[in-house]
Parts: sequence; C-alpha cells; structure tokens
Amino acid sequence: MSRYTATTAEDLRAMLEAIGVGSVDELFDRQIPAAVRLGRALELPAGMAEQDVYAHLRELASRNTSAEDEITFLGAGMYDHYVPAIVDMLMGRSEFLTPYTPYQPEVSQGNLQVMFEYQTAISELTALPVSNASVYEGPSAVASAGYLARLANGRSRFVASAGLHPHSLETLRTYARGFGAEVVEVPLADGVTDPAAWAAAIDTDTCAVFVQQPNFYGAVEDVAALSAAAKEAVDDVVVVGSYDPIALGILVPPGECGVDVCVGEGQPLGNRLDFGGPSFGFFAATEAYLRRMPGRIAGETTDVDGKRGFVLTLQTREQHIRREKATSNICTAQALNALAGVVYLTWLGRHGLVELGELLLQRTHYAREALTALDGVEALHPQPVVREFALKLSAPAAKVVARCQEQGVNPGLALEDDVLLVAITEQRSRADIDRLTEVLGAAVAAEREAVHA
Amino acid sequence: MADASYPEDLLYHPEHDWARIDGETATFGITWFAQDALGEVVFFDPPEVGSSITAGEPYAEVESVKAVSDVIAPLSGEIVEVNGALGDTPEKINEDPYGEGWMVKVRLSDPSERDSLIDVATYTSQLS
Repeated sequence: MSRYTATTAEDLRAMLEAIGVGSVDELFDRQIPAAVRLGRALELPAGMAEQDVYAHLRELASRNTSAEDEITFLGAGMYDHYVPAIVDMLMGRSEFLTPYTPYQPEVSQGNLQVMFEYQTAISELTALPVSNASVYEGPSAVASAGYLARLANGRSRFVASAGLHPHSLETLRTYARGFGAEVVEVPLADGVTDPAAWAAAIDTDTCAVFVQQPNFYGAVEDVAALSAAAKEAVDDVVVVGSYDPIALGILVPPGECGVDVCVGEGQPLGNRLDFGGPSFGFFAATEAYLRRMPGRIAGETTDVDGKRGFVLTLQTREQHIRREKATSNICTAQALNALAGVVYLTWLGRHGLVELGELLLQRTHYAREALTALDGVEALHPQPVVREFALKLSAPAAKVVARCQEQGVNPGLALEDDVLLVAITEQRSRADIDRLTEVLGAAVAAEREAVHA
Repeated sequence: MADASYPEDLLYHPEHDWARIDGETATFGITWFAQDALGEVVFFDPPEVGSSITAGEPYAEVESVKAVSDVIAPLSGEIVEVNGALGDTPEKINEDPYGEGWMVKVRLSDPSERDSLIDVATYTSQLS
C-alpha cells in the first residue's frame, strides 16, 4: 500500500474477507472484463522527492514573464490594475477562502452580506435594478445572457456586434448551438458597429442583440442608438451590453442606454491577471428578467427579533431549486473573486472610480497621440477611446511585438497581421508610455527596413 | 393555510392537478396536496393566452421557496384566460387552491379526454 493511503494491510484483509474475495486482483478479475483491462502498470515516471519537486516547479515558474517583469501594455479584456493589500487581506480570511457552496445559506450570514453588498455595487455601477451574486467570467456571462433572452421570448436568433470580444462571440456560439439558436455577426465600420448593417440584421425573429462597451478595439460605441434601433425593429428584443466595469466611472451607465442585461468581465476589479483566471463575471438586468437570471441573488431582511439579516432570495435556475431542469450552476467559491471586486470598488469609492477613469482617459489619449505620431503607425479607427486603442502598423505586428519584448516592453496584443491592441492602466506611467513610444518606433522602423533589405 | 380538502365536483389528474369542466371550457389548478408539498408559493409563471396545451405535458411553472415545479395539464386545449391576480398574490395558490388560486381557463380540444381523469375517491386513495 502507498504511504499516502490510510488503509492498512490488515484493513484490506478484513474488507476482502467480508466480501469473500482472496485479493484485490481477484476482485478486479471478477468485476471488470479482461478485454477492457490494461494488463500492465501505467507508464508513469518515478516519484520525486518533495525537495526535487520544489526545484522543478521553481524552474518551470522562472520561464514565465509576469506583468511585473516587463512594461506591459497587454489588455484585451484583462487588465493589469493595481490590487490593494486590503483585497488580499480580506480574501485570505478562512471564512471566505474555504467555504463550500451554501446549500444552507442563512447560517453563512457573512457570505450573504458580501453577496448583497457586491450586488448593490454592481447595481449602482450599471444603473440596473437587479444584479446577481456573480457568474464565472465575462464570456460565459455574455452567453448566459443569450440563454436568458431565449427563456424570455422564446426566439432563437442572436445579432452580435463584431466588436464583441472574440472569446465572448465564441462562447455565445457554443452555447447557442446547444440550445438551437443562430448567431449573426454585424461588422464594424470606422471601428464601431455599423449602424446600417445593425438595423438591417435585426428582424422580428431576433431574440437578443449584443454589443460591447468599449468594444474589443477600444472604441466607445453609441449604445443608446444601437439599443433604440433594436427595439424599434422588435420591441421585446433583449439588449445585452458587455461592459468594462472600470470604464463605467466615466461612461453613461447601461441602464440609461436602453440595455436590458448588462454583463462583463469582473477581473479589472481587484483581481490580478493570474494567467487568465480565475476571475468573475457580473450580471445585472432590469426587473423584467429577474426570474430568468442565472446564479443566485442575496436579499436583505429582518429576523424574528427585528435585526438586520440576509437570505438567498432567488436562485431560480440553480440545480437544487430546479432539479433536472436547472439551467445554471454557479457554485462553491465563485463568490471569492466577486468579494475581491466589491472590496476593490469600496476601496476606490465613488470619487476614486471617476478619478481612475479620468486618469486612464488622459494617459490613453497621451499614448495614442504619441504612438500615432510615429512613422509607420496610425490609429485603426478615429473613435473616442477610454483605456485601450488599436493601431495599424506598416509592419507585421507579431514581429514588432517580439522586437519590443527584447527591450523589456510588451507593447500590446498583436491582432491579425498588422493590428496592435494597446491597453493603459494606472500602473503605466507617462515615463512608461514614453519608453513604449521609443521602443515601438524603433521596432517598426527595424521591421520596415528588414522588409526593404 | 387551509386544511386539506378535495372537492367532490372536480376531476383530478394523478400529477396533482384538478379540472372543473363547464361545457367546452375548463378551469385548471393544483390540488391541496400539491400546494402543501410545494410550500409557500412565491411566483406563478403562466402560459400565454392563445397557446395550445397537451394533456400530461407541462403548461406553467410554480415557484415556491423550496423549488420550481412544472404544472401538468390534465386536459388538452387552448388557453383562453390566465389568472392575472396570481402575479401579485401567488399565495392564493396556497390559501385557496380551488377558488382564487385557479390558474388557467382552457377551451378543450378533445372533450373525450375527461374519461382519463380520476374522481376524488380515486385521487385521494392514491395520496396515502
């Protein structure tokens, strides 16, 4: 027996004797047909001592480049914002760090209070009356909003802006295939959703429409106009907006733009990049869609003694309520990432969020001006941007990125052949942006020379 | 909550539904047993007027504090009216399941289906 198995030889003998079998091999011979047995040991490498494992993992980890090792302008949905120490301090409390999904939720008043306060923050941020206690991440929130729309009006045609994050579009298509809906993509014109193509794509069979704010290429969309056009075509269409929560410090909130369901990636709120996850998705809606929402909603109430308390008010799509017909299963410690989100928002405060948005706006504008002044670099689109923008390079973007990385600067995400997506956070100073301008200018020039040579 | 009761003048479906047939139309609801098993009802999700329903298939949902459950149609037909009052007062399903807690009125498409329903004695004998 392995030293990691608690069963002793004596235990084993007693158990085998109780069921009348001579050995473990005999048990398997009797129960599992010989044809499906492997008949030999698994080809696994020999075990390693703990100290060797540590050294091995340290070597693997040293091959990573973290956002703290280079000046990074990567974004595209996940952003390198500063995470204050209070987030780690509160997330690290064992009451939050190690809970199981609350099937008897009211005994966990602290968890419910966190959910309630998180929901309140998201509701205020989006100007929508209902928020759930979070879902897994942004793209599945987008796809889940599609399912909500299908439950609400029964139709099966989704119209989605090409400005949606590619992961959101892909996840929406995957979900839609499962429940028999089609996804029609509307192209961009001048960097934003083409209004004529948008209006033309929406018909009376359309179940829901999807737009991202700011869109994947950083451009600010006219969401109010897109919503109005959709509702004019079919009045009970569900307008889904996927929003960058940080941008909501300075943009008109979705609830005031005709958006029925606002979702988005919560990572920028107090969650580090962490190699892409885990993070959380937020999900808010108008009251009409309250009972179609995935996940769970915590509510505030008073107990028999009149004291303030919290309950799980709604979880109408979850598996312990809807049994075999469940259409949502948000569980276990998902709320931990949302906790980071509400702690972060509380730490920033109302004014802090606005100040952060204004800072990003100024630095992003500065960076866009400086970079588009370089030879061989122009803006992909002329639209207003908040914290990210796309550049068109007169050189292969992937090669330019590689050259910049050699100088310790990651200039952003290479898209297509010649498009570079550049993100700014408050962690990128003006000096960092100047350094990017210098390095990117040299890299583009070198690539152009390499082509001509 | 009212005491257990099963009116003599109704026809029953084994999935704990009742039907009150009046010529070509019928009124449907759920039995005392069903509402008692569900517990406090907090939401009734009705079908649309004009939609067709099939005997033995779900036509609506009731949500209680414990669970969301389908409501099974005892007979086939077309929905001609839904009890809009349940939108604001779904608790009527608990308080008065055969009266104010009625759910829908249906124009029957196959009146002979009534022969498949059971009387109060047969229904209550299945409850024990």
